[in-house]
Amino acid sequence: MYPFNYHRPTSVRQASALLGKSEDARLLAGGHSLLPMMKQRLAQPSDLIDLGLVEGLRGIELKGRTLQIGAMMTHAEVAASDVVREAIPALAELVASIGDPHVRHRGTIGGSVANNDPNADYPAACLALEATIVTNRRRIDADEFFVDMFETALEPGEIITKIQFPVPRRAGYAKFRNPASRYPLVGVFLAKRGGTVRAAVTGAATCVFRCKEVEDALNARFAPKSLDGVTVPTDGLNSDMHAGADYRAHLIVVMAKRAASAA
Amino acid sequence: MGESGIGARVQRVEDRRFITGKGNYTDDINRPGQLHAHFVRSPHAHARIRSVGIAEAQAAPGVVAVYTGNDLRKFVPTSDDLEESPIGDLICGWLIHSKNGEPMKAGSHPAIARDTVRHVGDQVAVVIAETKRQARDAAELVEVDYEVLDAVADPLKARASGAPQVHDVATGNLVYEWELGDKAKTDEAFRNAHHVTKLNIVNNRLVPNAMEPRAAIGDYDPGTGVFTLYVTSQNPHVARLVLSAFVGIAPENKLRVIAPDVGGGFGSKIFIYAEEVVCLWAARRLARPVKWNADRSEAFLTDAHGRDHVTDAELAMDEKGKILGLRVHTTANMGAYLSTFASAVPTYLYATLLSGQYDIPAIHAEVDAVYTHTAPVDAYRGAGRPEATFVVERLVEVAAREMGIDPASFRKRNFVKKFPHQTPVIMSYDIGDYAASLNKALELIDYKGVGKRKREALKRGKLLGVGLSAYIEACGIAPSKAVGSLGAGVGLWESAEVRVNPVGTVEVLTGSHSHGQGHETTFAQLVCDRLGIPLDQVSIVHGDTDKVQFGMGTYGSRSGAVGMSAISKALDKVVAKAKKVASHLLEAAEADIEFKDGKFTVAGTDKSLDWSAVSLGAYVAHGFPSDEIEPGLKEGAFYDPVNFTFPAGCHVCECEIDLETGKTEVVNWVAVDDFGVIINPMIVEGQVHGGIAQGVGQALLEGCVYDEAGQLVTGSFNDYAMPRADDLPNFQVDVTVTPCPSNPLGIKGCGEAGAIAAPAALVNAITDALGHEDITMPATPQRVWRALQKSKMPAAAE
Ligand SMILES: Cc1cc2nc3c(=O)[nH]c(=O)nc-3n(C[C@H](O)[C@H](O)[C@H](O)COP(=O)(O)OP(=O)(O)OC[C@H]3O[C@@H](n4cnc5c(N)ncnc54)[C@H](O)[C@@H]3O)c2cc1C
Repeated sequence: MYPFNYHRPTSVRQASALLGKSEDARLLAGGHSLLPMMKQRLAQPSDLIDLGLVEGLRGIELKGRTLQIGAMMTHAEVAASDVVREAIPALAELVASIGDPHVRHRGTIGGSVANNDPNADYPAACLALEATIVTNRRRIDADEFFVDMFETALEPGEIITKIQFPVPRRAGYAKFRNPASRYPLVGVFLAKRGGTVRAAVTGAATCVFRCKEVEDALNARFAPKSLDGVTVPTDGLNSDMHAGADYRAHLIVVMAKRAASAA
Repeated sequence: MGESGIGARVQRVEDRRFITGKGNYTDDINRPGQLHAHFVRSPHAHARIRSVGIAEAQAAPGVVAVYTGNDLRKFVPTSDDLEESPIGDLICGWLIHSKNGEPMKAGSHPAIARDTVRHVGDQVAVVIAETKRQARDAAELVEVDYEVLDAVADPLKARASGAPQVHDVATGNLVYEWELGDKAKTDEAFRNAHHVTKLNIVNNRLVPNAMEPRAAIGDYDPGTGVFTLYVTSQNPHVARLVLSAFVGIAPENKLRVIAPDVGGGFGSKIFIYAEEVVCLWAARRLARPVKWNADRSEAFLTDAHGRDHVTDAELAMDEKGKILGLRVHTTANMGAYLSTFASAVPTYLYATLLSGQYDIPAIHAEVDAVYTHTAPVDAYRGAGRPEATFVVERLVEVAAREMGIDPASFRKRNFVKKFPHQTPVIMSYDIGDYAASLNKALELIDYKGVGKRKREALKRGKLLGVGLSAYIEACGIAPSKAVGSLGAGVGLWESAEVRVNPVGTVEVLTGSHSHGQGHETTFAQLVCDRLGIPLDQVSIVHGDTDKVQFGMGTYGSRSGAVGMSAISKALDKVVAKAKKVASHLLEAAEADIEFKDGKFTVAGTDKSLDWSAVSLGAYVAHGFPSDEIEPGLKEGAFYDPVNFTFPAGCHVCECEIDLETGKTEVVNWVAVDDFGVIINPMIVEGQVHGGIAQGVGQALLEGCVYDEAGQLVTGSFNDYAMPRADDLPNFQVDVTVTPCPSNPLGIKGCGEAGAIAAPAALVNAITDALGHEDITMPATPQRVWRALQKSKMPAAAE
């Protein structure tokens, strides 16, 4: 780790001001993505702005048909929340399956979404559920938010304050873990709201994406059987030592089936 | 046995300090005035070093010194000046000869590269600074001008003509071309065969990943000229010997090596590493202690790796399935340098076990050891024996399947049944009952119910498979004369000293080192058993060359069979002397003194003295003539085994493959082992559990991958998959017992068995499920999924 300045603001406004002061300043939430990078000297922020004491970034609420989660809520808190479990059980299950207990007690929803790791779990839920990412400046649709690998629509100085999830009629998540990292090698989140199904895939490409083949099949009828015989093209899918693109394409359909039967 | 004697399930006395964070590991030790070293490592697999620019690093804050390979020169004996000649290279201590009689071709292995780097992570320079961070910061300022050269990481490609050369001395990258066994007789057996089974086998490269990364502190006392090395070592005396006699850092009487608590080794901490040499040398050069500890990335890059064999193997049978002969050709990847014992692993620790548990009349094995631009490969839990077991147990399984014989029956038909049994590959098996462990294992797994379970699994979308592994290993390493005749540079006896204090408490000094095995418990149990004193009155002292006179260390499941045998011999001497003392104190003839349960009794009387009274008597020395008996009670012994020991047993694995994803789940595991006499069943079970976990790791998860350019692809736990608890089932562990006839305690050893047996059992189970043999380790979900495409599916009964 290289030396850095440490700040502990108490308001979003202060945090944003600090963030604007230096080009190399970074927000610190749970630190479970950022600190490992810093320890390996792959990230070298000049300033760390700890969001731990910032007000207004916590809490879980159901407002009408919208579930709202504060950016600094840890995975463990979200997974244990009765509100989340009632409203979107598939989301609670997804969160409960992230990493290990240490990770879940430090990692936050805001950090995970802002990080946009191509293998992370949360982005799949955000994209399938048509979440809105609320920042100190604006509201961003999930469709616009996840740009590319570790790249989001967030602008310099922008801080996620909460994420809003419309409650779906049905939702399900299934993932196949990378045997080493245990992150999803392929994860599929399905959500049905109104008449339409959205299928978001994480782990398989450089960024979370919607899978048209799976959506088409499930829009006909939302049942695992509808996916029999469905194939997904390998274009754009990752190929590495753990899984070739063809295996990932295959797993997308298998995980979609499992998510459909869980939904 | 008593509650803490031999055979008792005594809780490990060392665990309290380990699990409450009170262990004392090398990194817990800090010396006054200590500096910190950080190594600059090559990012290239193969490159010529044009120049190393150190000026900027030298000027960085806190930096005390920066050294390159050419700086590491010998000290003038009488001063702290340096000679012209460099310090000695790291050595490989086992000389193997090729079949043409030529000695192996060992390239030079400097502690810091002088002109060429040969693997990613090779040391190029060391930065020594006041703090660890300053050393690391300054290391980024060292400017190395590399001329990058072509590299080769694959051992077969390294043998191809025109392949990049690792060392000039080893033409074609060949270290040796070695053979064992009778070629003519084996060829003859194959000519007469009714059926021949052929397999191409890859034994995947593994990264040891002990929980505690390597560390070293070099310390030098300019007043006395004594060096102290604190180091994560499995054998501090061997480290001292090599550092003195070969590297030439200091004579043995001026070098103390301390291996304090060590957090796992699995073989990787047997070896003498460059960083230890550099810390010691620099400590004298700078007259300040120098500390280094590896981070996990460095461990991946520079710990000696394990396995990495490519083998063609053939088994010849008659029409009844009786094995006639075995032919094996193995290419062993040695990495870029020959590590301390590397040359012995694919030869005398491997080919000598190729007879397995079977009566095989003719065996011929050829082993080509090959340099590549990868980290050195050396002994890793099992060392050669897992590779041999994998070859033999895959072959017999496949042979049985091909011949339509039940694999269990096929094995029984070919088992060695009469002992002693001389194999065609050096080893003479002393005792065993292979059918007994196999039968017990089959019963525990419910072998008869396999068909039913397969059908039931299929209904759940799973392919169930069952695989056996009837392994044998040679442990209790090793009779010194025998290994000497095979090229070992050292003898492999063990030493012990038993010191009785005046109050009767006992210290045992042993050359065996404990780094997870629980010696502080099991060795003490032996003493309790013999002397009848409670466990807390016995201390086991190890890991310090100033305390323990000499020792050959811990590896090859030798600490029980060899280390404890030495203690047993010393205890015999202690008891004999104590009896003499007791005879005077009790005023009886020595022949009439009986010693039992901690009491000396005059036979046929109620006159007795307890252990502590006699101990005190020995030190007070009032009660016996000093010209006849020396005061005190302390005896030492060296024990040199007369044979290897041969632990053997049968493991059975039952697994289920998810038809949709290819993921293999181990659903049941039975291990029936014959370890001879067992000192502490709980510790033995723990060793078996850990061994199986490592074997399952090799078979399903772990695979060290270098790319074509020699870059380590699996350089972290993000890509290198270690086994976790949820990858494993509950194990059913049982034993059969045939006491070892060649050592006083009847012990065979248990430390490596699980890792030796497990991979074959698991791959045999997977291939049973798949219905074909085309899978390589690690059998990752992707590989199994691809293999499933070639399987003929049984009709799913939905
Ligand atoms: C061993 C291990 C296993 C893991 N396994 C999984 C897994 O299986 N699945 C999975 O999805 N994840 C996994 N993770 C990642 C974990 O969920 C991380 O905690 C998470 O991705 C990042 O959250 P954080 O709160 O730790 O963010 P930090 O590491 O603190 O920050 C991450 C990034 O987000 C930025 N950031 C943080 N908060 C905000 C905000 N409110 N607004 C704008 N930017 C912000 C930071 O500046 C930084 O760039 C694992 C991590 C570890 C260490």
